[in-house]
Formats: sequence, C-alpha cells, structure tokens
Amino acid sequence: MEFETVIGLEVHAQMLTDTKIFCNCSTKFGSAPNSHACPVCLGLPGVLPVLNKKVVEFGMKMALATNCTINPSNSFARKNYFYPDLPKGYQISQFAHPLAEHGYISLEINGEQKKIGITRIHMEEDAGKLMHDENNPSSYVDLNRTGVPLIEIVGEPDIRSPEEAAEYLKRLHEILVYLEICDGNMEEGSFRCDANVSIRPMGQKEFGTRTELKNMNSFRNVQRALEYEVKRQQYLVENGQKIVQETRLWDDAQGVTNSMRSKEEAHDYRYFPDPDLVPVMVDEAWIVKIRKELPELPLVKRERFVKEYQIPVYDAGVLTAERALAEYYEEVVRLCGKPKQASNWVMGDVLRFLNEEKRNIRQCPITAKALADMIKLIEEGAISGKMAKDVIEEMYKSGKPPQDIIKEKGLVQITDEGELIKTITAIIETNPNQFKDFRGGKEKLFGFFVGQVMKATQGKANPQLVNDLLKKMLA
Amino acid sequence: MELYSLTIHELQEKIKNGDVSAMQLAESVFSRIDTVEERVHSYIRLMKEEALTAAAIADENIKKGDIQPLTGIPVALKDIVCTQGITTTCGSHILHNFVPPYNATVVEKLHDAGAVFVGKTNMDEFAMGSSTETSYFGPTRNPWDLQRIPGGSSGGSATAVAADECIASIGSDTGGSIRQPAALCGIVGMKPTYGRVSRFGLIAFASSLDQIGPFTKDVEDCAIMMNVLAGYDPKESTSVKAEVPDYRQFVGRDIKGWKIGIPKEYFVEGIDPEVSSAVKKAIEVVEKCGGQCVDISLPHTQYSVAVYYIIAPAEASSNLARYDGVKYGFRTADARDLAEMYQKTRMQGFGAEVKRRIMIGTYALSAGYYDAYYGKASQVRALIRQDFDEAFKQCDIIITPTTPTPAFKIGEKTDDPLQMYLSDIFTISTNLAGIPGISVPCGFTAAGLPIGVQFLAGHFEEGKLLQIASVYEKSAAIEKRRPTL
Repeated sequence: MEFETVIGLEVHAQMLTDTKIFCNCSTKFGSAPNSHACPVCLGLPGVLPVLNKKVVEFGMKMALATNCTINPSNSFARKNYFYPDLPKGYQISQFAHPLAEHGYISLEINGEQKKIGITRIHMEEDAGKLMHDENNPSSYVDLNRTGVPLIEIVGEPDIRSPEEAAEYLKRLHEILVYLEICDGNMEEGSFRCDANVSIRPMGQKEFGTRTELKNMNSFRNVQRALEYEVKRQQYLVENGQKIVQETRLWDDAQGVTNSMRSKEEAHDYRYFPDPDLVPVMVDEAWIVKIRKELPELPLVKRERFVKEYQIPVYDAGVLTAERALAEYYEEVVRLCGKPKQASNWVMGDVLRFLNEEKRNIRQCPITAKALADMIKLIEEGAISGKMAKDVIEEMYKSGKPPQDIIKEKGLVQITDEGELIKTITAIIETNPNQFKDFRGGKEKLFGFFVGQVMKATQGKANPQLVNDLLKKMLA
Repeated sequence: MELYSLTIHELQEKIKNGDVSAMQLAESVFSRIDTVEERVHSYIRLMKEEALTAAAIADENIKKGDIQPLTGIPVALKDIVCTQGITTTCGSHILHNFVPPYNATVVEKLHDAGAVFVGKTNMDEFAMGSSTETSYFGPTRNPWDLQRIPGGSSGGSATAVAADECIASIGSDTGGSIRQPAALCGIVGMKPTYGRVSRFGLIAFASSLDQIGPFTKDVEDCAIMMNVLAGYDPKESTSVKAEVPDYRQFVGRDIKGWKIGIPKEYFVEGIDPEVSSAVKKAIEVVEKCGGQCVDISLPHTQYSVAVYYIIAPAEASSNLARYDGVKYGFRTADARDLAEMYQKTRMQGFGAEVKRRIMIGTYALSAGYYDAYYGKASQVRALIRQDFDEAFKQCDIIITPTTPTPAFKIGEKTDDPLQMYLSDIFTISTNLAGIPGISVPCGFTAAGLPIGVQFLAGHFEEGKLLQIASVYEKSAAIEKRRPTL
C-alpha cells in the first residue's frame, strides 16, 4: 500500500532579550547555577510576574515575518503540572488567546513553491533544568533558565515528508536568526523542535493516529527521527497492528524512537487565564512600528540578489543564508561594482577561510572594503587573479589591506610591453628547437612558452599581455 | 485613657504636639498585649524587639520634625503579607519556617509612612475560612465573647484592633475576609477596589479576588490608612494607574441628595433578626443625613456563593501548587521518590480546609469539567459585575448587612463547610465584581455582640464610601463600648 506522511512541527525558540519574560533577571546562558534566579524565578510566595514588553515585540516580529494575524488582545494562561524544574507548579503560557495566528511560510520543494501553514505563535516562559547526581540518589535544580522567554511556533500538518520537515525548520530557523530575536543554537536548546507525525493511505482524507516525537537536537536528527518513525508506523499498519497515540523520545545513539508516555498518561494541564497578568493589547500603531523595524527577509533578499546582481539562485542562497554575510557581500559590491566577482571571492575564498576556522562573517579579518579594493586591483590589471589568490590569503592572515601586501611582497604585475618583449625574445633564443616545432605545427607548445615567461617573471607578468605578445612573436 | 485605646488621628495630634512619644505608645501597646493576648490570640508572631527599635527611630525623626502620617503608630500585619527577614506563615504548617527576602509593597508603604510594626496576626490557613479556626497556629477568639469566633480569615488583624493590641492593622479580603471580621469585632474594615492596593508580596489565595485593606477603630483612621496603602505599583500588573485622592478630605462631607440603593436580595429571610433591625436602623440614620433610599435589584446575587466557590478554589489550586517541598517551607521527612515527596509534603503540610479547596479547584479546572464549572462561573461572574454596574446607574451607594449573623461559637460550623461558606454571603459579590466595600459598626445584639453595616460603591469610589461611612458613624453615634477583657 502507498502511504502519505503527515507532519506538523512545534518549534520553541528562545528570545534574545537581555532579561527574562516576567522579571529583570539576565537571560545569559552558561552562568553558575541559580545565579540568575530572583524571587519571581523561584516562585516564592507573594511575588508577581510583570511582562517584558520586548518579548511581545520579538514575538510580533516573528508573527509578521510569517504572515500571521496578530491578536489585538491576547492573554496569558497557566499550564499546571508538578515538576521540580517548574517552581510555581505552573508555566505561564498562552492558550485560548495567543499572540498571533493563521500564518504561513513558503518553501521551495524540488523547485516548486509550497506554503506551510502556521497555526499560532504564542509567548511563554521556559522551565529550569534538573541535574542528576550520578553518585548520589539526589537531583539538583538550576533555575537560571526559568523565565527565559520563548515563543512557540505551532505549524499546520501541511508537511508531507521528513525532508520537507527539515526544509521547513531551516527556513523557520533562518527567519528567527535574521530577525535577531533568537540565536538559533540547537545544541544549547535555543531552538527546539517537537514533531507530530502520522501516516495515511494515499488519497485518504482523514488523518491517521499520530505520535509526538521529542528530543531531537539538530535538523539532521529531526529528519532521521521522522524517517524512522514513518517506517515504524508503516510497519505496524502493514502488519495489522495499531498505532498508539503517544509521545516518543528520539534516541540518537540507537537511531530509534521509544515510547515515553501514552495518551492516557498525558497530563491534564488545567489551563485557565492567569489572573496575575492583564491582557496584552496590541494596536495598529504598534504593529506598524514593528513592521517598520523588520529587516528584509531571506526569501525576498534571495530573489532580489538574483535579479539585481545577476547571480545564480544557488549563489544567492549561499550569500543570504546569514544576514551578516548578505550585508558583507552587498557592501563589497557597492564598493567595487562587480557583483559576480564579489560573489566568487566571498563564496570561494572568504567562506572557505572562515569555515576552516569555524568563524563567522562578523569575525572575518578581511573587511568588505579590503576585498572590494582587491577586486578593483584585479580589474585594473594591477595584479592577476592568480596573484590575488595569494594576496587574499595574506589579507585573511594579517588583516592588512591588499595594497600593503602587494607592496611588501613586490607583487606588482609586469604590464610593460617592452620589458616583456625582451624576456620573450631571450626565451625564443634559448629554446630554438621548441620554437621550430611550434612553427612546424606543434601548437601545444604555446603553453610551454607561457610557462617560461611566467617562470622568468616570477609569475608577475600580465597573463593577457603575455598571450597577446607570444601569439605575435611566435607566428 | 490608655494610649493603646486611641485612634490614629488622636495619636497623630499628640505625637505632633510632643505629648506622646512613639516609645511610650509602643510600650503601651505591648503592655496591653501582655495582658490580653493569651486569651485572644491575635498574633502568630510578635515583633517587640523590632517595634521598639522602630519606635526609637520614630522618636528621632519626630525630634527632627520629620513626621509622616503614621510616624510612631503601632500597626499589625496579617501573616499573609511578606515581611523581609520576618517569618511569614500564611497560617500554614507548610510555610511555618518561610522567611521572605522581600517586603510586600504595602509593608514598604507603611514603613515609609512611619508605622511601627507590632507583629504578624493570626488568620485562617491561606485565608481559607471565615472564622480563623483553620489556622495551623490555633484559633483566635472574639474579644467580645471569648467563646466565639472573631470572623475570618483576617481574624487576628480584627481582634488586634478590637482588643487594642495595635492601633490599626492590615488584612486581606478575598470574599469578605476584612469586612466580615470587622463587623463581628465591632470595628471598621475596608476592602478597596481590585487594583487599588498592590498585591505584590501578598501570598495569593485567589489572585483575581484578593485585595489588601485596613482595619481601624473609626472611619477617619480608615481614610488615613487608605492614603498610605492606595496606588499603582509597577511590580503588580493588575494594580491600576488611577489617581489617588486624599481620602481624608471625604471624611465628614455631607451626603445630601445621595441615592442609597437597598438591594432586595440582601434583605431576605434567614438573616438574624437583631442584625436585620440594626441595619434597618442604620438605613434610617442615613436617610436622616440626607440620603434618599431607592429599591434596587442585584438579580444574580443568589449565584455569588456558588460562583465564588468555583473561581476561588480554581485559582487557589494553581496558586498553592508551588508549595511542593522542593524549594522552601515544610518538606516531608519520609519520601522515597519525587511523587511521594510531593504527596506527603502536601498531605502533611496543608490543613483539611485548604486540601478541600485544592481538590474542588483542581476538579473545576479538569478537562471535561472546565466549561461546566470554571467557564460557566466566569460567565456568571460577569453578570454579577454587570448587576452592580446597572445598580450604580440608579444609586450612589448600596447599603447591606455585612454578615447574616453575629459572631458564632468556636466549633459551631467547622463540621459544616457549607454553613461556614454562607457566612460570607453578603460580602462575596463585592469581590467578584471588584468593587470596594466598607463595614462600619451599627450596634450590638442583646448579648453584646457587635453588628456591622456594609456600604458598597462603584470602582475606585472609596472616597464615597469614606464619606457616607463617616457621616453615618457620626450621626448614628453608636455607643463607644469596648470589650471587657
């Protein structure tokens, strides 16, 4: 039987605000346990939450970037359950009235555009972390993460394959990072994904029984877990067994999913409106203000790059993958006026250097101006492309501008015709046999002469000029 | 006249004139406490040492001419407001050792106004009760009859004022917990508009209903206290940025031409006849002062107790989830795993009434029951609020009995929660609607038990309440009887 896969993803993204969602504690990651935990974080009696407006604004940015409708009045609710990393015994989240609803993002799947619906985006607080002592039967609670702002982005079950799921996640991730509202670090948990997956016979309209997958901390793992789970579900159905509605954990080491809890064991969260917080009122003026602050989004930027700079779709994709990289590229283009060349140097050498050292474009020692200058020097014929390869490496190492490096290394290109004619004449004289053979029809020997000229000039001869002169003088 | 028996405004004069020092006043109050506290049990914790230090500082300030509205005035705090460095129990075993690292906003405000804190007063556990009998620390007794309850949940704060163990005190009112004990103890008690006084540092029972307010010996003192307590607090999201008038200016202003609403639903059978006649007399006094009575209806009144006993426990079940033994407070000694630690800590740490309400609230919020209980209750709550909005189009003030009966005997209703819940029948709607209310003494039963009359006004109309209450207080000239202890 042919099956169709149905996937819906829930993404939790930590917001990059300086302070937590309901108090003034720092959101910094990696500090000493409980060093960013005030009475509000600790859930001490009598303390009250006060909403950090920045979180609303960050959430609004994501809502607008994903074509959602922002609810003019949205409100917080309590999600009640007991766990030691949840000091109040409830998580402040949004339930009946989320920040935003009814959006979508566009993906390109096999060259075709596809929209994946966003059901809702809501704000909530993160929980703390438990650390279990391996030697003692005790656990420790670190509440630094308690109250770190999250937005949850709930996607529609519009995804039809694990690859699509990975693509959707990458696009969502890219938008969050572009908006500078989330650092997107999956390993540190700033970007987390749960997946709901089911299968149904091709053509059937009703959804099959779904399972929820958790504990996947990379794009690759999301895809692997989904691939495994789809196969597992198909196996069950094909063997006449039933799929159980349950939550399953991805085991990265084993490459399998295991049952965590069944539907019957699922919590009853007893959501109700949080009486400690008032509804968040969002008027049109606020939306307009936030919309103005939105940067150009990756998809739009990509299309513009293709059109404006006449570069291939693939190149535009690489150059816009990060906002800072795109800005760097555009600055180089602005300064040198050579989009194609700029793209080649950025994508080729600059990114290779950075990747080798696991650095990002913000840490790049070659400034946009330096790279633009180098491209101009090539265009002007001051150095050859081949020489530039060495120059750019030195620029990366030393951070110096290309002009300085060229001067220091004496890398000035020989464009003096008279000097080159002398050199070529001497080479012809010392290689009479080759000269004779070439004139006799061995055209391959042209390369030999080019090589000799380059050798004699230590590679400084202008290659175009050498070509032209050789053609004349060998004829 | 002993200093402890005076009012704030009387003492303000004496302090200003240098007739009385803060230290003398504090010593007077503590000597009174030494005499009566054993019988009344107003306090869970006395703060004598801190109080004497504060009184000494107050005297220094007085010498410098720095006199604030409450400089040197001994004030008692219900043990539900957090006090930095001072154990705050909320009347519960589960918080018996909890020492807050912060002050409630009202504590800060009272401190800044110069108040001297006498101690933390007894209360029903987590403010759940109408008699102060559910306290982990034992019951408080009514100074007018030590066999009777003082009302609750702020029973200790009421008796501390009534028995002259402080000059004024702070309570909290979720369904009548200030007004009911004020009535039963023969003093003035006000529940301000929801949002008027910051709840920051008030240990939550039902967050959408809780409000802090004062107990005082007369209406003018109530106005003085409200001047200190009221105001927006950036630490409290539901506190309201509304202008705070000088409440004292309303005291004694005439009420000629005011429309006084008499809600028929509050004058029905089942009210104690002595209470009924005292309140009727109070209405006559108000009429004599220029008030014009109009019959009004609050048609959804009959649902208020039911609505309250869904919404309040629902919020409480969530508010009290944090007492899990993980972070602070009581933790069971014998638990083998996490689930058992939770179960035993909460089983051993909470009293019966608290557990009953947690269970009711948990049930009311459960999947499949939410719509029928919490959802429906919220809808009816809106109707109750609407009743008052409509009523206040026809009248300036509503007048009702504060309680259906005078103080009942200790133990009389402890086995019958429903009867206990009904003792708040006239005060609960106010909290559901968020409007302010004040209870003022309006006489005594033949047996010598105090009776209270309640005035209600629209949102943020505390000034009107103080105006009519002060005018009534003066005209009625209720005998200035003191309990004999």
